[in-house]
Parts: sequence; C-alpha cells; structure tokens
Amino acid sequence: MTADPNVSRPEVPVRAGRPNRARRSRQFRILATHATLMALSLLFLMPLLWMMSTALKPTDQTMADPPVWIPNPVQWGNFSEAFSYSAKDLGYTPFLVYGQNTLFVTILAVIGAVTSNALVAYSFARIEWRGRDLLFALTLATMMVPGPVLMVPLYALFKEFGWIGTFRPLWIPAFFGSAFNIFLLRQFLRTIPMELTEAAKIDGASEWTTFSAVILPLARPALSVVALFTFMWAWNDFMGPLLYLTDQRTFTLSMGLQFFQSQHTGTPWNLLMAASLIVILPVLVVFFFAQRVFIEGIATTGLK
Amino acid sequence: MNVHRNQRVGILFALPWIIGFLIFLAFPLVSSLYYSFTSFSVLRPPIWIGLENYRELLTDTVFRTSLANTLVFTAASVPLATTVAIILALLLNTKVKGMAFYRTIFYIPSLVPMVALGVLWLWVFNGQYGLLNQGLGKLGLPEPAWLSDPAWSKWTLVIISIWGTGNAMVIYLAGLQDVPQSLYEAAELDGAKTLSKTRHVTIPMISPVILFNVVMSIIGSLQTFALPYVMFPGGAPARSTYFFSMYLYDNAFLYQRMGYASAMGWVMFAITLALTMLALKASSRHVHYEGG
Repeated sequence: MTADPNVSRPEVPVRAGRPNRARRSRQFRILATHATLMALSLLFLMPLLWMMSTALKPTDQTMADPPVWIPNPVQWGNFSEAFSYSAKDLGYTPFLVYGQNTLFVTILAVIGAVTSNALVAYSFARIEWRGRDLLFALTLATMMVPGPVLMVPLYALFKEFGWIGTFRPLWIPAFFGSAFNIFLLRQFLRTIPMELTEAAKIDGASEWTTFSAVILPLARPALSVVALFTFMWAWNDFMGPLLYLTDQRTFTLSMGLQFFQSQHTGTPWNLLMAASLIVILPVLVVFFFAQRVFIEGIATTGLK
Repeated sequence: MNVHRNQRVGILFALPWIIGFLIFLAFPLVSSLYYSFTSFSVLRPPIWIGLENYRELLTDTVFRTSLANTLVFTAASVPLATTVAIILALLLNTKVKGMAFYRTIFYIPSLVPMVALGVLWLWVFNGQYGLLNQGLGKLGLPEPAWLSDPAWSKWTLVIISIWGTGNAMVIYLAGLQDVPQSLYEAAELDGAKTLSKTRHVTIPMISPVILFNVVMSIIGSLQTFALPYVMFPGGAPARSTYFFSMYLYDNAFLYQRMGYASAMGWVMFAITLALTMLALKASSRHVHYEGG
C-alpha cells in the first residue's frame, strides 16, 4: 500500500506493519537535524555578524541596550577612518602600508613554499637514493618540535644575519621547504603511477624534464593546497612579525591591528571592528574562490 | 652508474630542504639546548652556568603558574573542541541537504586571523556592553566578568577554541565519509539503532583520525600564544591567562633572559613528547586500524 521509496531497499528489513510511523519518525529526524544545524550555524556566525554590524555603526549605537543589529545610518566612513587613522602624523596611510607589507611577504612565501616543497617532495617520492628514507623519517619527527623552542635561537641567528627589522625572516625560510608541506606533497606524488615517469625516462627525458613536464602538471591540485595553506599561514602569522619587525612602517596587517588595538584600549569599537574586517576580508575572499581546494586539502591532510 | 646518478640527482632535488633543515632547524635546536645551560642576552655572549636555569625553573612560581594555566587550558579545550567537532561532523554526515553550506559556515571561524579573533572576542565578551552579557542579562542569567575575573578568563579562551574547531570538523567529516556503507548495513541487520551504530561502528572506524587530531591539538594548545597575548596583555587578570609561551617570550625579549627562555623551551618540548606518548599509549587499545 504505502510504498515508501526510501525504506524499500531489499536488504533493510522494514519494520513490518508500521511504514507510516517509520516515515514520520524519519521526517521528524531530518527536520530536527536541520533545526539543530540551523541553530548552531547562527551561533557560529553570530560573532562575525556582530562584528560587521558594529563596524558600520555610529559610535553611540555600539553600546546601545538593547543591542542594535541593523546600523542606522550605515556608516561606511568607519572603514576609511580606521584605514587611515593617524595618517597625518605618520605621513602614510597605515593600513594601506600594512596591507602592502603583508602582500609582499605572503606572495614571496607562497612562491618559495610551492617551488621548494615541490622539488623536495619529488626527491622523496620518486627518486631512489641512499639516506632518503632516513631523512624523510627525520623530517616527520621535526613536526613534533614546538615552535617556542626555536624562538630564541632563530632570533639569535637572524640577528647574526642582520635580518632583524627586515622582512627576510618572514619569507626566506619558506624557500627551504617545510616538513608539513613536504609530507603532504610526497603523499600525493606517490599516488602517481611510476610507469608514467619510467616511460618518459626511457624516451630519454632527464629527471628535470620528468619533474617539470610530467609530474608538476599532474600535481597541480596538491600544489594549490600548499599555496593556500602557505597563504593563510603567512597572512595570519603574528609571532613572526612580532619577533622580527621593529618599525611601524614595516608592520603586517596582524601586527598593525594589534598595535592599533593596544593604542585604543576599549574605546572606538566600531573602528576596531572595521580594522579587523580589513584584515579578515582578503582571507574570506580567497576562501570563497578556492573553497573546494581548501576543504579537500584539509580533509586529506588529516588522514594517514 | 644509474644508481650513482640517482644519488646525485636525488640529493640535488632535496637540497633546499637539506640546507633549510640544517640552518633553520637542526642548528637552532642544538644551539637552543646549549643556550639553556647558559646565561645569555642579545647584548652579551652566553656564559656557561650548567643546570642553573633548570634549577631556577623548579622554584619559579610564575613558571609554575604559566605551566598550570597552559595544562588546564589544554585539558579543557582539547576534549571540548574535539567533542564539538565530532558532533558537528556526525550531524553533517546524516546526508541532510545543504551539507556543503553548513560545512562552510562552521569552517569560517577557523579562517579568522588570531589577532582579529582576539579583538572580535574582546568586544563580544566585554563585561558591560558585550553582546554575550547583554544576551545573558535578557535571559535573567548571571553576567560574569569574562575578561577581568580570574575565575572566568580561562573559560573565555576555551569557548573561543570551541568556536574555532571547524578545521578539525572538516577532517572528521572526511573520515566519516570513508566509513564503508556495508558496515552500517551489517549493523542494521543486527538491529542496531543510530546511537549504537555511532558507538560501535562510526567511532571505532574514525578512531585513527581522532587520535591524530587530538595529538595535533594537544601540541597546538601547549603553544597557545597570540590569542591570550592580544586579549589579556601580561596574562591579566591576576596572571590567570599567562601561558607558557607568553612567559617564555617575556623572558627572552622583555627580561633579556634568553638562556632561561631556552630552558623553558626544552621543558615544553619534553612535555609535548610526554603527552604525545601518553595519548598514543592510552589510545592503543581503543584505536582501530584497518587491516591490523
């Protein structure tokens, strides 16, 4: 009678006699799941929505009770004000300069990470040489080293190099690979059948040609994951700039925001939120364009 | 001949990392160990003082406070954030429509840069005008001074860590989607309901993923720095949010005691290793690896 397509799969025994009840409880469960997810989504988004709302409010509305969610009037000027606070005294627009600095460091770090890790992962995944497996095991072990252990010696080293107060500590190391990215890329490169490169080599292709003409194009998905992770890491990095940058003119966005916040303790929340949004927005934009690569990348790094 | 060529080419391709490993990792690690036995500031060269730094750590009450804060935070945030991440992933794995949409929403918070995150939560948790306390007030609930009461400040950070759990959720979700459908069908034949399927099929099948994530989050939590640094300068109130990394940083760059800070770094390394071993050992009976 009631042929429910959802429960009529032969291998699942339908609880006989009560198809209606089964269907109703099923629908109820779907509804409950959606309601829960909806409520949780709201909870997760609320702080960010509140940030946007505050960023667009006139000052007197930021502390209104009950809270005002829709700013009236919408004060877009908060962004330009936060963007160029104390620009007159400094002689430059701080958040513009911070943005340029961040972009500079981030682009170089991404280029460095993609090129160096691709080379190293290729060696670990597809060339047989003595000591390779030992070095790879060592590489994995270094992921256990907590960053703070290296704080003092790296600072001393960079000081020796004369790099303190420059951007160099923030991007040059990216050109020398990192354990996590090497691991990620190596796992991917190992899934490409060996016959593919063997054929190229029999045809007389050098290792370099095999790498650049055969492997690199195939590795594009994994390379974009490395690029994205490095982008996020460099863009968000706070410890590095805090340790190595000394002049306000060289600050990155994270560093500049922290500086801005520490100077305006507690007062203009609308400007602080506007400044924070300036820092967050590029990340969100990149995420929306590369969502798929991102989610798949994270998903695969957690496994195996 | 071919073997020789491979040796040369292999090392050549790996050269960036070999150099990077030596300069930016191995050498700093060794020198940090050396510094930990010295009195050393950027201004003057290190002087060997043997175990003095480590001996001082034993009696340093600020060190003890910062260590306790860090361990308490880790012990609270890792289980809570892990549980929330798994629950979210389980909810999303029920084949509801709009999974990708919800996944994006839960993931977005973990994209926010730490400093912006700190500024945002300072505002939400603001004792007087904060959104949270205004809401709690409406409901007739107590309105804790999240940022200035030492009893609450750490919980503020724990709540934020739960909010940022989207990364782990995505990993769990991927793990869940790899669980073979046939296992569920077999369990259904045995009359298993949703909850017992979750307990006896899902959780054992994703246990390696859980273990990996828990270990990574323990390592990450022990290093917590940027968020408390931005939200609670100096570990205020009453050092209740003064974390291990903050004290290490202050020793190195505020008090110019780089030898002492290096010794702290090695203590952190030791604790990280010990907790990882503990997690691996404690889980060995519960983690199920496919194919033995």
